[in-house]
Amino acid sequence: MWSYEKRLQFPVKIKEPNAKLAQIIISQYGGPDGEMGASMRYLSQRYATPFREVAGVLTDIGTEELAHLEMVATIVHQLTRNLSMEEIERSGLDKYYVDHTLGIWPQAAGGVPFNACEFQSKGDIITDLSEDMAAEQKARTTYDNILRLITEPDVCEPIKFLREREIVHYQRFGEALRLTTDKLNEKNFYAFNPGFDKCESRNG
Amino acid sequence: MNGKEQLLFNIGVVDFTLVDLALFLDTHPTDRRALEYYRHYAQIKKQLCKEFSKKYYPLTMEEANCEKAWEWGAAPMPWEGGCE
Repeated sequence: MWSYEKRLQFPVKIKEPNAKLAQIIISQYGGPDGEMGASMRYLSQRYATPFREVAGVLTDIGTEELAHLEMVATIVHQLTRNLSMEEIERSGLDKYYVDHTLGIWPQAAGGVPFNACEFQSKGDIITDLSEDMAAEQKARTTYDNILRLITEPDVCEPIKFLREREIVHYQRFGEALRLTTDKLNEKNFYAFNPGFDKCESRNG
Repeated sequence: MNGKEQLLFNIGVVDFTLVDLALFLDTHPTDRRALEYYRHYAQIKKQLCKEFSKKYYPLTMEEANCEKAWEWGAAPMPWEGGCE
């Protein structure tokens, strides 16, 4: 269950449209390390952990990623509002425009559509949390790359906010992995998969 | 920033504190200082959201007035800002 608040997690108020920037930033909507993959990854992985605290971390970070998805979509939407046909052609947005007009559609900056193969849900919480830590760093690198390409402060500020959250989430996933191993066999964390094998974990 | 923007901004600041504290508490569930902060800011957020919906428009469906018309549907969407 979810409920919706009609506001963004961080304000996005872009004054000047810029179709070139929009084509770069859309990668964090539907690209390989974007917010769509992030939210779907964590929200899908939740079911395979028997540890409630860890499922809670996945739920709350997955939920925050949905708010980030909305922020990225807002940035792209505001960067592509009121564009002239000439700007659409000159910026190279024409290839996107022909299929989607100025609607928001999940794709990478290179035009590759969003694909669920960009994340895993392995049914093994150690594996999943290890992927999640890498995913946060990959998203952080992508935001760093975006920040080298843009100077407009009204675009940089929300991007910097999103970048910082990747670092916090990485930290929390590291703690969730520690909480997980604390509940497993300390001599061999891999002795059984708590999401599959019917063995008792140390703390129930 | 006008009064509406300022209040919405303040709600964002307080809610961000809550989001970040919640993630921290997920992995540190008995941290007394974090618990205290959470209780404090949760109260403030409730008050600010109530004030916002009374003065401007509802941020959540629960806060929407539904006596004469469906106020929720008329409230602006969050991506509308900018380009003024």
